[in-house]
Amino acid sequence: MAAALTLSLAARADESALRLKDAPELTTVRAYCSSCHSVDYIQMNAPFMKKAGWDAEVRKMIKVMGAPVPDEEVARIVNYLAANYGVE
Amino acid sequence: MTTRRSILKTAIGGLALAGGGLIGRLARADLPAGTIESGTLETLPGKQPLLKRSFRPPNFETPVAYFNDVITPNERFFVRWHLMNIPQVAAADWRLAVGGEGATQEFVLSFEQLRQEFEPVEVVAVCQCSGNRRGFSDPHVPGVEWGHGAMGNARWKGARLKDILARAGLRKESVEIAFNGADSPPLEATPDFVKSIPAWKALDENTLVAYEMNGAPLPHWNGFPARIVVPGWTATYWMKQVISIRALTQPLSSFWMNTAYRIPKGKFPLIDRFVSQESDTTTPITEMVVNSLITNLSDGQRVASGSAVVVKGLAWDGGYGIRRVEVSIDEGRTWERTELGTDLGRYSFRPWSFNFRPRGPGRVAVLARASNAQGSTQTDQLIFNGPGYHNNVIQKVVIDIA
Repeated sequence: MAAALTLSLAARADESALRLKDAPELTTVRAYCSSCHSVDYIQMNAPFMKKAGWDAEVRKMIKVMGAPVPDEEVARIVNYLAANYGVE
Repeated sequence: MTTRRSILKTAIGGLALAGGGLIGRLARADLPAGTIESGTLETLPGKQPLLKRSFRPPNFETPVAYFNDVITPNERFFVRWHLMNIPQVAAADWRLAVGGEGATQEFVLSFEQLRQEFEPVEVVAVCQCSGNRRGFSDPHVPGVEWGHGAMGNARWKGARLKDILARAGLRKESVEIAFNGADSPPLEATPDFVKSIPAWKALDENTLVAYEMNGAPLPHWNGFPARIVVPGWTATYWMKQVISIRALTQPLSSFWMNTAYRIPKGKFPLIDRFVSQESDTTTPITEMVVNSLITNLSDGQRVASGSAVVVKGLAWDGGYGIRRVEVSIDEGRTWERTELGTDLGRYSFRPWSFNFRPRGPGRVAVLARASNAQGSTQTDQLIFNGPGYHNNVIQKVVIDIA
C-alpha cells in the first residue's frame, strides 16, 4: 500500500504566508508547533484563550498527540501564546 | 469574489449591530476575533475558494452564500482533516481490507470490485462536522472555530456497508464496525484517526461505502476513492479514503473514541444511542440535532422599505424529517410558517422560503427555527458543552430597512 501512495503537499502551499507575532520564544513556538500543524490554529483560537487554556492545549499536544516538547520548553511556549494570543 | 477585507467588514458590521441593542432575548455570539482575521478565502487544488480555518491539516468551510443550492457542489464542499499526512490515492492502487475478529471471512476489494460486485445505491444526505458552529460557542471553546459552513449535502452513491459485511460473514458477537483511512499522523506517538459505529448502524441500509458524490468521483479532499457515509450521524464517522473495515467484538478503545467526539449524557434530545461506548457521564456524539440556516440574507444587508423580501434557507436533522420551519420578525414573539421546498429524502437538506414586506426605517432581526418529525426544535439558548458540539441555537440575521 505505502509504495502506491505519495504525500500531497498541495495544502501546505500557502501556509508559508502565515506570520505569528514577533516576540520572545517565537522560534521555539514555530519549531515545536509547526511540525504537525500550521500556526493558524494559534491565530484562530485567539484571543479568547486564557493562560490556563493555552497551558492545557500545550499539555494536550504532548500527552495526547505525542508532541516531543521537553518539560523546560512548555512554560516558554505557554508564555508566548498567553502574551501574544491570549486574554486575561 | 469576497475579499478578506469585505469579510472583516461584514463581521465588524455584525458586531456593531449586536452592540446597537438589537439583541433581544435571543443573544448571539460571534466568531473569535482571531478566527475572523485569519479566515481568508483560499483555494485548494480542485476546489473553489473556501473559508480557510487551517492550512495543515486542511480545514476549510463553505461560505453561507453557497448554500442557496440544496445540493452542495463538490468543488464547494467543506474540507476537514485531523492529521497532516493525506496521501494522493490512485483508484487503481486502492484496496479495501475487510475483516476483524467479528468476521468469519476476510477479503480485500479493489475499486472495480467495490463498484461491480455490490448493488449500487444512492442517498442524498447531509454531511456535517460535529463541531460545525463551534466558533459561536459562548464562552468560546478551543478547536477549529467553525462558522456555519462545516457541512454540505450531496447525492452519495456506493455499496451498502451491510452487503459488504454480509460477505464477511458477520458474527453475532460483533458490537462495532471500525473504519480506518489512508491518512496518517505526523508522529508515531500521535493516535491514528480510526472510528467505529455500532453494528446496528453499520447494518442500516442507508449506511454506504460511497464512491460517487453528486454523480462524479469524490474529490481528493472529500475522501477519494471511497468514504463511509452514515446518514443522520455527524461526519466524524464518515471515514474518508477508507482502506479498512473491521468487525469488532469489543468496543474500540482510543483517544478518538474515548475522549474526543463525546457529549454529556442527557443534555440533548437525541434518540440514537451508542451504548457500547457510553460512560457514566458521556456518550459519543451520534445523530445531528435539528437545525436551520438562513442562506440569502446577511447582517447589515439593506432592503428598501415596503419592498418584498424573500427569506431563503435550509433545514435538516438526524434523519427523522423536517416537519416545519418558522420565521419570526419580532424577536421571537410570534412565528410564521415558511413554505417547504423539494423533499430529497429525510437525510437531505430541506429548502424553505418565506415572504414578507418590511416597513422602515429601522432594523429587523430575521429568526428561523426548524422542527422535525420527532417534535424536536432548535434552542433559544446554547446547550453549552466543552467541545462545542450540537449548536442549534436559533439563528438571527439583522437587516437594515431604509
